[in-house]
Amino acid sequence: MSSKFDPRRNYNETRKAIGYVPRSKATQKDYDRIGFTSGLEVHQQLNTREKLFCRCPAGIYQKADDYDAELIRHMRPTLSELGEYDGTALMEFKTRKKIIYRIKNQTACTYDVDDTPPFPLNREALEIAIELSLISKLNIVGEVHITRKQYLDGSIPTGFQRTAIIGVEGEMQLKNKKVKLIQLSLEEDACREVSDIGHVRVYRTDRLGMPLIETVTYPEFKNPDEVKEGADYIRFMNRSTGKVRTGIGSTRADVNVSCTGGTRIEIKGVAHTSWMPELTHNEVFRQWALLHIKEMLLERVKAPVEWKSSHKEVSAKEIGLKEDLIRALSQPSVKIYIINLPQYHGILSHFTQPGKMFADEFSDRLKVIACIEKPNMLHSEMPDDIAGKKVWAKVSSLLDSKEEDAQLIIWGDEDDIPTALETIEERCRMAFSGIPKETRKSLKDGTTIFERVLPGADRMYPDTDSAPIPLSDQRITEISQNLPVLVSERYAELTKWNVPEDTYTYILKNNLMPLIEKCQSDLGVEPRFTATLLAHTLKHIRGQHPAAPEFSFNKIYDLLGFLVNRKLDLAIARKMLYHLYQHPKMDFDSILVTMGFNEIPREEIIEKIPFLVKKYDQIKTSENSGAGVRWIMGHLSEKALGNMPLSELKEMILKEGMKD
Amino acid sequence: MADDIFQGYKGHALEILKKHNARVWAHVKVDTTRGMFEGTILPRSENTDDKHLVLKIFTGYNIGLDVDTIRDIKELGYKKAVYKIPEKEFPYSEGKPNVKLLGTGGTIASRLDYRTGAVIPAFSPGELYGAVPELADICNLTTEKLFAVFSENMGPEQYKKLAVAIGNEIEKGIDGIIIGHGTDTMHYTSAALTFMVQDPPVPIVLVGSQRSSDRPSSDAALNLMHAATAAGHGDIAEVMVCMFGPTSDEYGFLHRGTRVRKMHSSYRSTFRTIGDTPLATVTRQGVTPIKTEYNHRRKDRKVKIMPYFEERVAMLYYYTNMNPDMIDAAVDNGYKGIIIIGTGLGHVNKPLYPAIKRAIQKGVAIYMTVQTLWGYVHMFVYDTGRDLMALGIVPAENMLPETAYIKLGWALGQTNDLEKVKEIMLTPINGEITKREPYNGYLIYQGGVPEVEAFIKQFHK
Repeated sequence: MSSKFDPRRNYNETRKAIGYVPRSKATQKDYDRIGFTSGLEVHQQLNTREKLFCRCPAGIYQKADDYDAELIRHMRPTLSELGEYDGTALMEFKTRKKIIYRIKNQTACTYDVDDTPPFPLNREALEIAIELSLISKLNIVGEVHITRKQYLDGSIPTGFQRTAIIGVEGEMQLKNKKVKLIQLSLEEDACREVSDIGHVRVYRTDRLGMPLIETVTYPEFKNPDEVKEGADYIRFMNRSTGKVRTGIGSTRADVNVSCTGGTRIEIKGVAHTSWMPELTHNEVFRQWALLHIKEMLLERVKAPVEWKSSHKEVSAKEIGLKEDLIRALSQPSVKIYIINLPQYHGILSHFTQPGKMFADEFSDRLKVIACIEKPNMLHSEMPDDIAGKKVWAKVSSLLDSKEEDAQLIIWGDEDDIPTALETIEERCRMAFSGIPKETRKSLKDGTTIFERVLPGADRMYPDTDSAPIPLSDQRITEISQNLPVLVSERYAELTKWNVPEDTYTYILKNNLMPLIEKCQSDLGVEPRFTATLLAHTLKHIRGQHPAAPEFSFNKIYDLLGFLVNRKLDLAIARKMLYHLYQHPKMDFDSILVTMGFNEIPREEIIEKIPFLVKKYDQIKTSENSGAGVRWIMGHLSEKALGNMPLSELKEMILKEGMKD
Repeated sequence: MADDIFQGYKGHALEILKKHNARVWAHVKVDTTRGMFEGTILPRSENTDDKHLVLKIFTGYNIGLDVDTIRDIKELGYKKAVYKIPEKEFPYSEGKPNVKLLGTGGTIASRLDYRTGAVIPAFSPGELYGAVPELADICNLTTEKLFAVFSENMGPEQYKKLAVAIGNEIEKGIDGIIIGHGTDTMHYTSAALTFMVQDPPVPIVLVGSQRSSDRPSSDAALNLMHAATAAGHGDIAEVMVCMFGPTSDEYGFLHRGTRVRKMHSSYRSTFRTIGDTPLATVTRQGVTPIKTEYNHRRKDRKVKIMPYFEERVAMLYYYTNMNPDMIDAAVDNGYKGIIIIGTGLGHVNKPLYPAIKRAIQKGVAIYMTVQTLWGYVHMFVYDTGRDLMALGIVPAENMLPETAYIKLGWALGQTNDLEKVKEIMLTPINGEITKREPYNGYLIYQGGVPEVEAFIKQFHK
């Protein structure tokens, strides 16, 4: 049987068996069949001058190798609610990750590295959080309680994040449905990871402690596109205040996904909403696949509690590994182990995600939990069998394997081997109950890998270092009087203005609605014109040229104001924008001069039409209808641009008897 | 305990709870002018106002509700939380040193009560083993809780009891002693024990934590392991403080009990040896001495326990324009000894002279120490110093102010003869006065001693 077994075929067959469809072909029916459910936790940095709990400046970033000092910490699991250490957390602790923090004096202080208790909460941040809670229609708490939320990965030197609920139970109106919000919290941002290799993880502390808010939805998204729509809505809403940070890393979401019979899996730190559909699609099918594996295993193994793997230490030579593999594994401290997994035949090459099979789940965990860098294993169902059949035959005989079993070869530093063996045994046992609770890291191709064990549910406790902050009705009322317009109302407005739909994202993302409105109310410029000037012309220019630091969106207001004042036709704004964008300090008259613009009275341009009509009649460049109009426009439009609307010019040409 | 169902609520908040028949630990739905809230009512901590109700909502967060906004509270369920730290029997291994941990009330290890946020201290060997299992690799640990007081409430009574308890343990044959202590006054206790427990045959190690053990980054567990290593395996048989060397989780310092001081209000590496280098560094692998001279561990069980203390001793921190009535007040209140912490080389202003004179005449022992902490009192250099000595103030060399205070209390506890007191004061028992200050004694940046030494060698100071 095993001689005929083809892992590739097995992979394809299991993919088919669970009913996997690529996202481009998936319909709501597919998602309903497996019970797609998703919720969001959207993090948004606030644009404050200082950090949340100390007086360090916020928003100044360093390069990875630019630091003044380093310090080392180890994170120790604390006892959980039930008085026991979390099994995997303890396992991770045993392997001992050394956490190194790189500190730059300019951006981090003794609070950041947990050598000073927190200073009073940043009021500026609190007010923005209240404002955002109000737009999200959340019920505002009477008193803000700072809570500690534990993190063992070292991303925060204290081992916990200080966070506080500002409001609970709100909602947002999407295109076709309302989505309820669980809560909005104000919290401190974590460190940025520099590297994570073997037993050493390095962080820089510049971003640490910056204020951010987290908006959490109920799990009410029923397909991948809704997830994106929801994330965009929250993003636009945050930006509508004009008080949040924009740019890379300023908005990050954790996406929770589950399927029917599955469990909540958290995909961490998704930086772009456009990645969400593919990620959630793949994750929900990964869970579906794991449930299929569970069924298969339960059919084969009647008493899962008694299931046990077996292992043996071997030498590379003993099992006949190829020369190059032996060489790679021949450091003195590296040990090689072979492992037999009873009844796992056909499971290792079971489909889990596009391009990934069940065996990858081991490899990811070996890296994170046992700190063994990849490649860290070979298995008996690899599509490209690097080891070769002879090796597996030898491994099987050493382990006394049966045909229905599967085998692994793992290696690593001898200190890490006990954890590695435990990790594999544990992951196998988890397969009998389905889907392990974990957080996963997103990859660009839309798949995910194991990031950490999901910490126990109870990892929150009050921050004894800070007092509760009462929120008075009066202050909330004051803030509620200056709220930005709701994003759902913005969508309605854009539709009413007849603005092309492809501009919506750009406008809302950059919070340009107030600017468009201001151009209309102060200058009488049509919203549709300003909108396309921004979201078509400017967007196009920005894509081609690096931004000059002095350029800001408000320059558009100045530009339109100039044209309206000078009674010039607004169409010239598009051309002027190219110059303005690259030379924001240039005054508008100079731009016009540079462009070679001459102010010519409208009549003077129109006067030229009859002559050109006659001329065209003589030369007739083409038989096509409309060619004449184009020929004349070609002669006059440059002169006309700015002096009169081109549409009017065309009308005048038609009036002279030209055919369109 | 009828009021227990409203744990911590008072005044207006209590009235509202009673009005709506709501109690602590009830799962409730609260209708307020700001909307609906659901969660479990938590006890209210002391020293907070009577205007808010605390709920734990289902996501685990705590929130407060303004009681004036509450329209109605509906009880949906009730579940009281009861917590206990898990006890695992501390394993005994033949061949490992026997170490005794004496508790004074500081929390070394603890467990969180996630529902209330309270920290439950772990103290029994079983509890400690549950919290810091690595201890069992180092020693056989037994514990005794002597008292439960906060660091700031430690005083003469506790010093004396500790000294006697240590004496008993040594007599019974213990290999090392750890004293769990709050950090604020640890250096007072370490000085007191140095004087009260003289010439011990085993290490006596005071240890605490600067970051509570309920946080993953706490220094508590590592400090405890370092202390157990120093107490069980170290060769230095003195009263020492064992706390972080650098703020990193790298190594601890063992500081001589009379030369150590808490120097930062919150840093992990807050304890520094003043006027000398620390005794040694300690890691889980063992103790590495920095100083070459120290009292070595002995097999015998000899120790001199001297639990004496005169409580009427005061410290006066001199400031410019200090008025004589400050000294008069101490004298009139029956104080027998005063430690003055003077400026520079050991000075106070002239207007105090008459008051000092009066105090000395009344038989008050007055000793001079320095605000600079580093360096000796040198009262011969300026007229002021000479004047003060003429008045009868005794310079206390390079004794740290807190150490001098403890020693004066201890000396006056033994005798009223001021000449004898002076002899006791100026005869060092263990490093409280050193004959000379080494070049690296003034070493503010002690974290990373080898690196700093290299730096000192390389650059002009």
